[in-house]
Amino acid sequence: MASRKPKPVDGKAHIRCTVNGEPVEVAAAPHKTLLEVLREDLHLPGTKHGCELGECGTCTVLVDGTPVLSCLVLGLACEGAAIETVEGMHDGPDLHPLQETFAELGAAQCGYCTPGFLLTAKELLERTPAPSREDIKAALAGNLCRCTGYLKIYEAVELAAARMRGEAAEPSRESIYGR
Amino acid sequence: MGDSALRVVGQPHRKVDADAKVTGKTVFADDVVLPRMLFGRLLRSPHAHASIVRIDTSKAEALDGVAAVVTGRDTPIPFGILPVSQDEHALCPDRVRFVGDPVAAVAAVSEDIATAALDLIEVEYELLDPVGTPEAAIATDDPLIHDYGDAGNIHKLVALEFGDVDDAIAASDHVREDLLFYEGNTHLPMEQHACVADWTANKLTLWSSTQTPHYVHRALAKVLELPPARIRVIACPNGGGFGGKSDPFNHELAAAVLAMRTGRPVKITLTREEVFYCHRGRHPVLMWVKSGVTRDGRIRGLHFRTLLDGGAYGSYGVASTYYTGALQTVTYQVDRYKFEGARTFTNKAPCGPKRGHGTPQPRFALEVHLDRVAEDLAIDPADLRLQHLAESHALTANWLQLGTVGLGECIRKVVDGSGWRDRRGALPYGTGLGIACSSYLTGAGLPIYWNDMPHSGVQLKLDRGGGVTVFCGSTEIGQGSDTILAHIVAEVLGITMADVAVVAGDTELTPVDLGSYSSRVTLMTGNAAIQAAERARDILARHVADALELGTERLAFADGRVFDVEDPETGMAFDDAVRLAEAAQGTIGTVGSYTPPPSPGRYRGAGVGPSPTYSYSACVAEVEVDPDTGIVTVPRVWVGHDIGQSINPVSVMGQVEGGIYMGLGEALMEEMAYRERTAAKVVHKIPSMLDYKSPTTFEMCDVVTYLVEDPDPNGPFGAKEVGQGPLLPVPPAVANAVYDAVGVRVDEVPITPEKVLRAMKDKARGKEGRFGPRSFPSVPWPDAAFIPTPAEGGDGKRQQRATGSTAEAS
Amino acid sequence: MLRLPTFTYLQPTTLHQALRMKADAGPQGMYVAGGTDLYPNMKRRHQEPKVVISLAGIRALKRITGGTKGTALSAGAGVTLTDLHSHKKVLRGYRALADAAELVSTPLLRNMGTFGGNLCLDTRCNYYNQSYEWRKAIDFCMKKDGAICWVAPSSPRCWAVNSSDTAPVVVALGAELLLVGPDGERSVPAAQFFNNDGIDYLTKRPDEILTEVRLPAQNGWDAVYHKLRRRGSFDFPVLGVAAWVRWEHDLVAEARIVLGAVASYPYENEEASAAVIGSSLEDDVIEAAAQSAFKPSKPMDNTDHGLAWRKDMTRVFVRRALEDLRARRA
Repeated sequence: MASRKPKPVDGKAHIRCTVNGEPVEVAAAPHKTLLEVLREDLHLPGTKHGCELGECGTCTVLVDGTPVLSCLVLGLACEGAAIETVEGMHDGPDLHPLQETFAELGAAQCGYCTPGFLLTAKELLERTPAPSREDIKAALAGNLCRCTGYLKIYEAVELAAARMRGEAAEPSRESIYGR
Repeated sequence: MGDSALRVVGQPHRKVDADAKVTGKTVFADDVVLPRMLFGRLLRSPHAHASIVRIDTSKAEALDGVAAVVTGRDTPIPFGILPVSQDEHALCPDRVRFVGDPVAAVAAVSEDIATAALDLIEVEYELLDPVGTPEAAIATDDPLIHDYGDAGNIHKLVALEFGDVDDAIAASDHVREDLLFYEGNTHLPMEQHACVADWTANKLTLWSSTQTPHYVHRALAKVLELPPARIRVIACPNGGGFGGKSDPFNHELAAAVLAMRTGRPVKITLTREEVFYCHRGRHPVLMWVKSGVTRDGRIRGLHFRTLLDGGAYGSYGVASTYYTGALQTVTYQVDRYKFEGARTFTNKAPCGPKRGHGTPQPRFALEVHLDRVAEDLAIDPADLRLQHLAESHALTANWLQLGTVGLGECIRKVVDGSGWRDRRGALPYGTGLGIACSSYLTGAGLPIYWNDMPHSGVQLKLDRGGGVTVFCGSTEIGQGSDTILAHIVAEVLGITMADVAVVAGDTELTPVDLGSYSSRVTLMTGNAAIQAAERARDILARHVADALELGTERLAFADGRVFDVEDPETGMAFDDAVRLAEAAQGTIGTVGSYTPPPSPGRYRGAGVGPSPTYSYSACVAEVEVDPDTGIVTVPRVWVGHDIGQSINPVSVMGQVEGGIYMGLGEALMEEMAYRERTAAKVVHKIPSMLDYKSPTTFEMCDVVTYLVEDPDPNGPFGAKEVGQGPLLPVPPAVANAVYDAVGVRVDEVPITPEKVLRAMKDKARGKEGRFGPRSFPSVPWPDAAFIPTPAEGGDGKRQQRATGSTAEAS
Repeated sequence: MLRLPTFTYLQPTTLHQALRMKADAGPQGMYVAGGTDLYPNMKRRHQEPKVVISLAGIRALKRITGGTKGTALSAGAGVTLTDLHSHKKVLRGYRALADAAELVSTPLLRNMGTFGGNLCLDTRCNYYNQSYEWRKAIDFCMKKDGAICWVAPSSPRCWAVNSSDTAPVVVALGAELLLVGPDGERSVPAAQFFNNDGIDYLTKRPDEILTEVRLPAQNGWDAVYHKLRRRGSFDFPVLGVAAWVRWEHDLVAEARIVLGAVASYPYENEEASAAVIGSSLEDDVIEAAAQSAFKPSKPMDNTDHGLAWRKDMTRVFVRRALEDLRARRA
């Protein structure tokens, strides 16, 4: 194996895109992933990382509305793209319904996988306003959580979906107190 | 003072940190950024066992952008979580003991350059034979992995006997022996460990994803030879812990050394692979159990042996060893009990405390064993348990003082809910039900290091605006410890949770709490918070009583007011009361602290097992076994958990469900696997998120939860733990259900399709239909310390065995 | 954090540009499509290109055309796995392919990973898909930086496994793959796209670009894909069975049973295929075919799960795939 001594990076690359609805221009090393650009160059540390190999879903963000693994997207590849991170999920003082229900039901325990789950779920609800439990499981099957056992996450997604459909939904008694 | 129904405690409330977590504002350790911060990385050993002959760091030091390179020469002072196991170094000075053991650390202006610099460090090793298994560790003491321990490569040997067990077994109606094995597994928190060290004005600050800032504080002081007053440890919220962030770690110490060397902040964030090397996860444990029972299933004598694969360092291992024996007596009546445990060193990542610390393995063994005993005796396994429950407030054979025991109600709930009576044994081939129970500590009775001080401290500051700030050294790891404090203080002072702010886990700002381990936080910080809040209430009450010209006994604190219980219109707002008190006596602040009650056991080893109270869980698992593939799926479990009293029920539910999840992963697929035959290498087979199999949404089962509230006098408002207990019954319940489904016994966790199918083929060939260990190696057990049981007139101390006993003479 | 090594990133918008960039970069250059295979590999220092040429900006690779009224369906290599498995024409006429694509890894990865990328997936092995540091601990292996194959230390070859879900399906379907290189375009039958070698696993030359997959028109054939893995998500197959039959008057006229994740290439078991021809997939025929597939199956210690069990599962999964085909016919 040849030495991995890095060659001096010939300058930083400029990336122009929108992040959470705002146009940004950033200079970053060309080999940096979107994850690194967001956290280190755009100072948006809400996007987390658990493996950097596409094996956990923690770093999920939306690129042009699609949930992707930001650890496997180059920052440079996002030129012109619209990126949404957890920091941009709510506009104004009110939380997004998913953020609200995740908080309400304790679907965020340690909170580390939460940004990825929120963004994946947001895209699901935009696509499927009334998802079944099976739809939710399938959509979230690329996000690992070690705290919750997913159940409170499912309930939070269902509750948010109902509220986003305009229903005056409340958590079931069983999900809070048990049977 | 007038007291009435609980207003805040027992009510669901969003966690105080929930909004920050759902908006990405929570600052985890890797999110800390300081001006001119450097990035550190550790060079780790590629050899499982070797002496370090020479390290040359000159080329790395010469690389542009490298600020410092340090090696074991810079970190000569050992550390370790337990005073008896000070066997680790920040960087190995002369010996590496597993693939992943760190030998050097680099700080550079970027992580890329730090990584490149690692490649330029030349290390010359002299290879030693690695010890790959406990059997090998017992068989050889050449080479020795450590120069301490109870016998060669055996780190710890324990032998305790409570009453004459051989006699009890000989006098029983039915005797059975079983051998079982529980594979090691790891915590796999989603957050990789990270820390930032800063050295400013001759003072060190460390931000870290740690569950135990107080112990990290002590380790830093020792290794760096700094007065503790010049070290500040800030525990960032942990992105999951589960016990995996409970030790002081190499990278924390190395970052500190590098920060002191360079005068610049240094961040070290581990890769996922490095997290596997930190490990401290579940010990692989081989177990032998022998019981003698009466015709109706009462355990007259229980003899239990464990052999633990400890990995390369001590960590919590001495405690883990005791824990593989300590809690076998707290669920059902056990008249006499003998425990022998051995922990070996091997050249693998060190094992330690994972959720349930040392107890899921013996629980698996005991609950599967009892399932068979029930079958032998033709008793329903649920009834066998119900008929011999440990009694509330009893003293067990091994001198553990129980609190309330809500296990019976837990069993009845899951039996009814699952349709156990009608469905077990009656489901179609391939589908089955299994039951298991468990219990867990609500906080360890003794601290990690011997001292007479409280285990938890809380300070309250009352603001004249009516806000109350709680300062506590506890660490938020996702379990909701901050929220519990807010609940309790709000309850006592009659205010809302929104009026309470929590400052936690900072050795400079908060009084010591020993850390987020052993399910101790709700009980211990909760009791400390009650004391501090009651003291604040007393101060306010005195001044309000004066102002209202009433006796303090007539005052109540509720709904943001202090008022006369006999005339609720008479009173004042809480903030008026604070101002009144502050005007009268100055700034209002109080403290509270908590120390667990002393344990009656006074034999050597009695320190592991005692707890202020024990939680109880019962679980019925339903499984489906594919007879062609052996693949086991678990569609549903029913779990009953004796929580004493829920402080925040929605958090309790989350802990139960999370525990079931982790138990399911251990039962079916999670495995810390090593390659031991690759040409003198002992390497972790699969140190990645992809290959370490954590259940996805598709594997998680439905959970029907029953919360049983049997308040315990030692718990805050009666509360017990929930973070660890509900995990424990899952693996044995699944194993017992597999037996119900297809009639085979897999006496080994994880219950993989390979094992199930082999057992089924075994059965099809007319054999016993079992997969599991076949023998227990010969361990040089010491003579057991003999301690008479409480029922047989003991005093909790070791005694000479009564004459005529054979064991004592040997 | 695990990071990428430094490299130059190029973003052509036409195939012509991409080929020229690759010619300029020479052996130091590599194409990337979705990046879900190459980037993790680069982070582990499996591949170390100095120039990475992205195919993501080439629109011509992202089309799905044809597939109506008995015509062949052409799927661009740059179509994401999500778009492939949710495309109406794929779902309607090529269910086995849709299933295989939907069974790849996770929804997030499928939003990024492409059909072409999945077909070109680097072969995998427990000794290879590890970090540089881990591989150093075992003195590396012959697939990268080392001399021997740890799976079979006395073997002269690398036994890394073709772990693509779509590869066995396109082979079973008899698809044609279109390649564009400096010398122009060529078409190869899917079965000839793969080599039985863990290192030299594709017949595609490094400077060629896989552009399109031509799936045969419907003419009475049917196919299914069954995947075995530990978890319902994330995991690569430890066994994939693609079974294709062409029915004529309720009898199997032609058959191809192709196994994935058991060799360095999608392996067609011709004995098993032959065993079902002329039958209506009766139980005994299926059992005989399953036995034929089971016998030569020799899984190596290079994926998840135990060897003996994986071998056993060949029989079970071939049987289930054929039963599935029979049920679909009925």
